[in-house]
Parts: sequence; structure tokens; C-alpha cells
Amino acid sequence: MTSGVLNLVLKRLAIAVVTLLIVLFAVFFATSMLPGDTASILLGQAATPEAVAGLREAMHLNDPAILRFLRWLLGLLHGDLGTSYANEMPVAALIGGRFVNTMELAGITTLLSVPLALTLGITAAMLRGSLYDRTVTILSIGVISVPEFMVATLAVLLFAVYLKWLPALSSVNEAHTLTDLVRIYAMPVITLTFVISAQMIRMTRAAVIETLSTPYVEMALLKGASRGRMVLKHALPNALGPIVNAVALSLSYLVGGVIIVETIFNYPGIAKLMVDAVATRDLPLIQSCAMIFCLGYLLLITVADIIAIMSNPRLR
Amino acid sequence: MARVAASPRSLLGHSYNLVGVVAALVILAWTLIAIFAPAIIPHSIGDIVDDDYFGPMRQGLWLGSDYLGRDMLSRVLMGARYTVGISLAAVAIACFSGVVLGMVAAVTGGWLDTCLSRFLDAMNSIPSKLFGLVVVAAVGSSIPALILTLAVIYIPGAYRFARALAVNINTMDFMTVARVRGESTAYLIGSEILPNIIRPVLADFGLRFVFIVLLLSGLSFLGLGLQPPLADWGALVRENIGGLPFAAPAVIIPSLAIASLTISVNLLIDNLPQKIRDRDT
Repeated sequence: MTSGVLNLVLKRLAIAVVTLLIVLFAVFFATSMLPGDTASILLGQAATPEAVAGLREAMHLNDPAILRFLRWLLGLLHGDLGTSYANEMPVAALIGGRFVNTMELAGITTLLSVPLALTLGITAAMLRGSLYDRTVTILSIGVISVPEFMVATLAVLLFAVYLKWLPALSSVNEAHTLTDLVRIYAMPVITLTFVISAQMIRMTRAAVIETLSTPYVEMALLKGASRGRMVLKHALPNALGPIVNAVALSLSYLVGGVIIVETIFNYPGIAKLMVDAVATRDLPLIQSCAMIFCLGYLLLITVADIIAIMSNPRLR
Repeated sequence: MARVAASPRSLLGHSYNLVGVVAALVILAWTLIAIFAPAIIPHSIGDIVDDDYFGPMRQGLWLGSDYLGRDMLSRVLMGARYTVGISLAAVAIACFSGVVLGMVAAVTGGWLDTCLSRFLDAMNSIPSKLFGLVVVAAVGSSIPALILTLAVIYIPGAYRFARALAVNINTMDFMTVARVRGESTAYLIGSEILPNIIRPVLADFGLRFVFIVLLLSGLSFLGLGLQPPLADWGALVRENIGGLPFAAPAVIIPSLAIASLTISVNLLIDNLPQKIRDRDT
């Protein structure tokens, strides 16, 4: 790796850090604007004005916003996510188990969708213009064009209502055997896999088609290489960078996907926790959940950018 | 083998256009329904007209009834008003602000361009659904608040797209000439840059409209969008989700309505002549 690439990568990382700070700032202020006074909500309607004032003082709610932001940031650096307003538990403890659940969901989806999407995307590009290609393209455009909850409802209709293979709702706590576990994860994972794969198929197909139209592929064609050899030996190695980039970018759609999927299937993950926290105006919890999602999203798009930089041979 | 080099458009040119025409007709139909909904609905959206809930499709109740026994056809037609209206208002604000800012940034350059780009890129790094969730929770779900929230979320994307196009135009000779003539920034962006980028910008407008319809439906589905008694298509799916185990039309039809609108817009844009939809991103 030359210094040019290193510089670009470092610059990209620096931008990511600055972006993260801006995002944290935005999340903090957006949640500070949540309607209603937190202290009076916590104490209920019967609270005396003195009690509300006392609680505001104790929670540092009277301090300027910038001071509260810095205090929160400092706490984050120490691994202290704050205390939930709603049930007075440390946010870290609330998030812990649910974070694992969400990561399991995301992990299984990734393991399923990446091989599936790459196979479909690359073969569709190889057979460009064929009936197979058009079917794959139309299906992926269809999935991208509809909301995630519609994919979820269709999956429930198909697998739970008509085929009766799977239960419509999942609850991780009721899992005792392996079969139970598969049945619980199946529906959320199927929905997410559809949503993520559709993006990945389109981007992979576009990346391979672009490589197939380059002069060196035409050269391979002219010298008599078979179609398989042309794609596997000449085009794919050069399309690898854009493809990995496409994978990382598509995985960032997981963030939006899990919010809907966890809500519709009542899956005890971190997105469900956050939607509930918005309903109860639990600021520290919302802030921490939003931060985790932004962090994951930022990580994926930064990785995608760095891969795009590294895979550009002109910069190596 | 020759297919690799040949343009797919020339192979399938005719059928593509037919798809485009059908898509345009679907969009036109929904627009007309959105405008004239109050005049054409067979029942008032609040009236309970069926003794049974989640009733099947039948004569008089063409799309069945919802979880309270209200007429689904009327509710879907009125829902078009909210889904199309709110999304259209939001996308208009987002694209207008984004495109104007993008052109100004490209023409002015310097620190304004750097600051604006850095800030809006950071805004772009917040996943849209998460952004919507937090902001709607903060400022509420009234229709103006929803429109503004959706617009703000999609300004960065419109900005980025317009700026990338405008930067290219900005290096042209006629721009240098106009600058030397001493034209104002307003003239430069309005009369020199805009006419040259308007077509890809309009295609981008359509795509962004789809994103906004999807986000609005998603928010309403989570219960954070339009509040009862108003109901857009996303909210209709949410309130009737209990009918899912019986495959009630009440939960399927609003989903299909969203899909027909978004897929049509996507297909229309995909089937515009190459010259119009020429976009590099």
C-alpha cells in the first residue's frame, strides 16, 4: 500500500470521526427537544412544583444543553450510558442482552443474504438480457420499491397463513429446542434477507456488467476465451472491489430493516427497545440506541468507502 | 456473446416504452384519486357500515371492511390523499432546497461549499428511519411537522446529487464567460446551471418521492406517522394488522396501493429516454 492510499484512508477515517461527533450532537439535541418536561413526567400529575424543581436539579436538567452534552459524551468514554428514566436501570444493562439478540438477527441475515445475493447478481450479469436476468431484476426492483413491512406481511401470509410452516410471531424466551429456535428466527430472517439481498443483487449486477464492458474483457472475448473463463478469470477479480463495496453498503440497510422487522415480529432486540423508548420518552435509552445504530451504520459505510479506495488500482 | 457489447435498450426498446406508459397511467390515476377522493368515496371514512369486522370483498363493500367494520375502499381512496399529498409536499421542499443549495455551493465554492458539504454528508450518515423516529418523537406527528421532517431527511441527498451535476457544468466555458460579464449568483444558478441539469434533477425528484413514500409509510406503520382518525396507507396497514392471520383484504390492499405507486414511479423513471434520466450516481 502506497502513502497515497494510506493518506486517503486516514482522511476517510478522520471524516468518519467528525461525522460521528456531528451525529451524536444531532441525536442529543433532537432527543432534548422531546415534548414535555421529563421531571414532571417522571413524578406524575400529583407532584408538587418543589419536587419537580428538586428532581430537575438532581438530574442536571437546568444546566445548559452544551454542558449536558459534554457530560454525556464524557460518560460514554467511560462506558457509562446513563440510567434509564423509565425503570431506573442502567442503560447498559437494558441494552446488553437485546444488543446480542439484534446482532444475532443481523449476523444470520448476513450469512444467508451475502452468498445468495452474490450468486444471483453475478449470474444475472453473466446472462444479461436473458429471461433469468429479467426475472431477477424485476423481482429485486419490486422488493426495493415496497416498504419493509409489506415484505414482512407477505412473508407471514405465505409461510404462516397459507403454508402454515411457521408461527407469525416470535419470542426468543420460549425457545427450548433447536426446531423452536429455527421457527422463531425464520420469519424475521427471511424478511430481512429479502430486503438486504434485493439491494445487493442490483449493485453486484451493475458492478459485474460494468467490468464486462471494459476493453480487457473484450480482448479476452476476442482471443477466444470461454464465457465462464472470461467472467471468472478476467472480470470478477477486477469487480471484487466494487462488489465488496456493494455488500457493505447493502448491509447498512439492515439498520432501517431491523426497526420495522423487530417491531412487526415483536422480536426482543435493540430496535424494539428504541421504539418503546420513544413512546415512553426515555431520553438516555433513546440516545444510546440511536448512537449504537448510527455507529453501526457509519462503520459499514466507512468500510465500503475504504474498500472502494483500496480497490482502485490507479491509487495502488 | 455479442449481447455483452450490445445495448439492452435497443433489444427491448419497444416493450420498455409500453411499461413506461402503463406506469405513467397508474401514477396519473392515483393523483386524480388524491385530488377528488372526498367526492368519489362511497361511504364516509368514519362510518361503520359492516356488522362484521375484517369482512371479505363483496358487492357494495368492494374491498371488504376494516377492523371496526368501516368501508375499506373509502379509506384507501382517502389514504391516497395523505400518502401522495404529504410525500409530494415533502419531496418538493427537499428537492427545491437541496438543488438550490447544491448549485450555490458549486458556483460559490470555497469555505461555504466545504462546510455545507461536510455538514450535509454528516446528516446523510444518520439512517433515515432512525432520523424520522427521533425527530417525529420530538416535534410530533402533525401533518406540517411530518412534511418538514421528511423534507429535512432528504435534503442532503438532493444537495449531493445537484452539487455533483452543477460542479461539472461550472467548469464549462460559458460559465467563465458569464462570470466575466459580472452576472450575479442568482443569475448563474437560475439561467446557466439549472437549464443544464434540470432533466436528471427531475428524475432524481421521482426517486426521492419513492423514498419519502416508503419512509412515511414506515413511520405510520410504527404508529409515529399520521395519527388517527386520519390514516394514510401505512397507518391503514398498521390498524388492520390484526387481520393478517385471516389474510383480510383490509391489510393487503393498502400495501398493494403503496407498491403500485412506488413501483410505477420507479418503472417510469427507468423507462424514460436515456437523455432524460442520464445520471451518474
